[in-house]
Amino acid sequence: MSAAFIFEQLLNSLQLGVMLFVMAAGLTLVFGVMGLINLAHGSLYMVGAFFCAWVAGETGSFWVGLGAGLVAAAAAGAVIEMLVMRRLYDRDHLDQVLATFSLILIFNEGTRWVFGAQPLYLDIPAGLATSVPLPGGGGYPLYRLVIIGFGIATAVGLYLLISRTRLGMQIRAGESDREMIGALGVDINTLYTLVFAIGAMLAGLAGALVGALQSVEVGMGEPVLILAFVVIVIGGIGSIKGALIGAILVGLVDTLGRAFLHKLFALALPPAEANGYGAAMASMAIYLLMAIVLAWRPKGLFPVNA
Amino acid sequence: MLEMRNETYLNVGIALLLLAVPLGAWVMDESYYITVASRVAILALAGVGLNLALGFGGMVSFGHAAFFGLGGYAAGVLSHHAFEGSVFLNWPVTIDGSDATLTLWFAAILLSGAVAAIIGMISLRTSGVYFIMITLAFAQMIYYLAISLPTYNGEDGLPLYLRSSLPGLDMSDDLTFFFVCYALLLLAIFLSVRIVGSRFGAALECARQNETRLSAIGIAPYPVKLTAFVFSAMITGLAGALFVELNGFVSPSILSWHLSGEIMIFVILGGVGRFYGPIVGAALFIVLETVIGGYTERWQLFLGIILLGVVLFARGGVIGLLAGKARHD
Repeated sequence: MSAAFIFEQLLNSLQLGVMLFVMAAGLTLVFGVMGLINLAHGSLYMVGAFFCAWVAGETGSFWVGLGAGLVAAAAAGAVIEMLVMRRLYDRDHLDQVLATFSLILIFNEGTRWVFGAQPLYLDIPAGLATSVPLPGGGGYPLYRLVIIGFGIATAVGLYLLISRTRLGMQIRAGESDREMIGALGVDINTLYTLVFAIGAMLAGLAGALVGALQSVEVGMGEPVLILAFVVIVIGGIGSIKGALIGAILVGLVDTLGRAFLHKLFALALPPAEANGYGAAMASMAIYLLMAIVLAWRPKGLFPVNA
Repeated sequence: MLEMRNETYLNVGIALLLLAVPLGAWVMDESYYITVASRVAILALAGVGLNLALGFGGMVSFGHAAFFGLGGYAAGVLSHHAFEGSVFLNWPVTIDGSDATLTLWFAAILLSGAVAAIIGMISLRTSGVYFIMITLAFAQMIYYLAISLPTYNGEDGLPLYLRSSLPGLDMSDDLTFFFVCYALLLLAIFLSVRIVGSRFGAALECARQNETRLSAIGIAPYPVKLTAFVFSAMITGLAGALFVELNGFVSPSILSWHLSGEIMIFVILGGVGRFYGPIVGAALFIVLETVIGGYTERWQLFLGIILLGVVLFARGGVIGLLAGKARHD
């Protein structure tokens, strides 16, 4: 096992981690401000990926597609906020789960209707389809490094948005007391639509970026959605800092588990069995991580309003 | 009291209707509808299980497919070994496969109950939205375990060639199989009624409404909720075992989170905390699926729209709509 391989796996972990962060940040932002649990977040991820792939296919430019994906996801988010989510803020979580679960059914079937049942393919933008040399030999795909860059930029951007801008101030105020900021003259409906659209756009960003690494297909958002849930449960629901730490942790545990666990098992078992059990353990690893974190801190690593 | 009596009439009507459909189908020699009725009874049984946790205990479990699937796998794997004539386990004790229905049911209940005890112990330390997400995540963990373990064909699943045998009954006969499912469904509802009406049920109700108050009168909420959670999982696990026998097939799809969502929908559509609600919910769901599915392959789209409408505008489910508000909360 060379140093380059380990380094490569670490970069893969980071890439998965930052994408999960972009996904989880929107989820946790919406929960923090509106108290809404949104299962349809994965659908917005799918919308971003589909529009990006479609427009990129029509225009030949990935970047135009990316822009279209972001706009489409944000627009879809704003529309479902105004039509559906708005009625759910005062409901209990059970109603929110069911309503947003219904939205998943609608989005999945609607997407299949519009784009067809075949998966779309999104090419890595020309110029980024190369790899850069790693210290210690071997190369690493440039596009994945760009994804890491996007993730870090999103984290910094969100931090600045929330801590330095007027909108961020309103978001923070909305988290602690929604009646009060309404009384102070902030148009709460517009604020909520805006926050939801930002969260949706983040999901769309993640979907479009990851769309170039895998096939763009109906239901692609669901596994990511559940990983994002694990992330925000570990980090503390509503905490963006928690989402960042949780995402990196989950990225590390998942990627390294898949890369190394079967080798660990191979020390004690014959190769075929070691591969099987290694894969099984690796797919359970992040949930075990979650269980351990919760046994230790039931409200996550960075509890909000503790 | 009048409303309560309305609900009682309605419940009897629901139970009789579910019985009448397969009998009618049997008379008209339409075996497809007998199978549909068995599906409704089995899914309703899964809902009855969830209702105990969700409706009466206020524990919004989004992971009940885990217990449904584990029950299914327990039954499926044992009967697979019985068919192959191989052993399930050699060490520390030898466990053979089995094709005796009662053994399969017992295994399903035991496995889903044991796993629910572990999941519940961790999950019940949290509440609210954390509980929803954690139960979902644990169910996914078991789903991925079933997919990645090669022993039982992973994602492809296991076909089962024979129905198990229950002394004195021909389980391979569709109508007999329906009666067995129906009897178990009514038994589970009866058990739920008894549990909810007991001292334990009163404590559970109180834990749902106000844990602090329950602690103040000297009852710790955690063991009460955990017990109810385990019972709930056992009932759903039994439903899983029946489902696998009905289909003659077990695969990770019965562990998927879509199924968790659907079981939840059965409970909500019928009415949360209504004993016969899950029958109505499951029946409506299957009818919608069959009817809309007959017109268009996009039935999920319309199902989604209908469900969304129910959640947004028709709170209390169908029984709430027909029998009025009966619960005091």
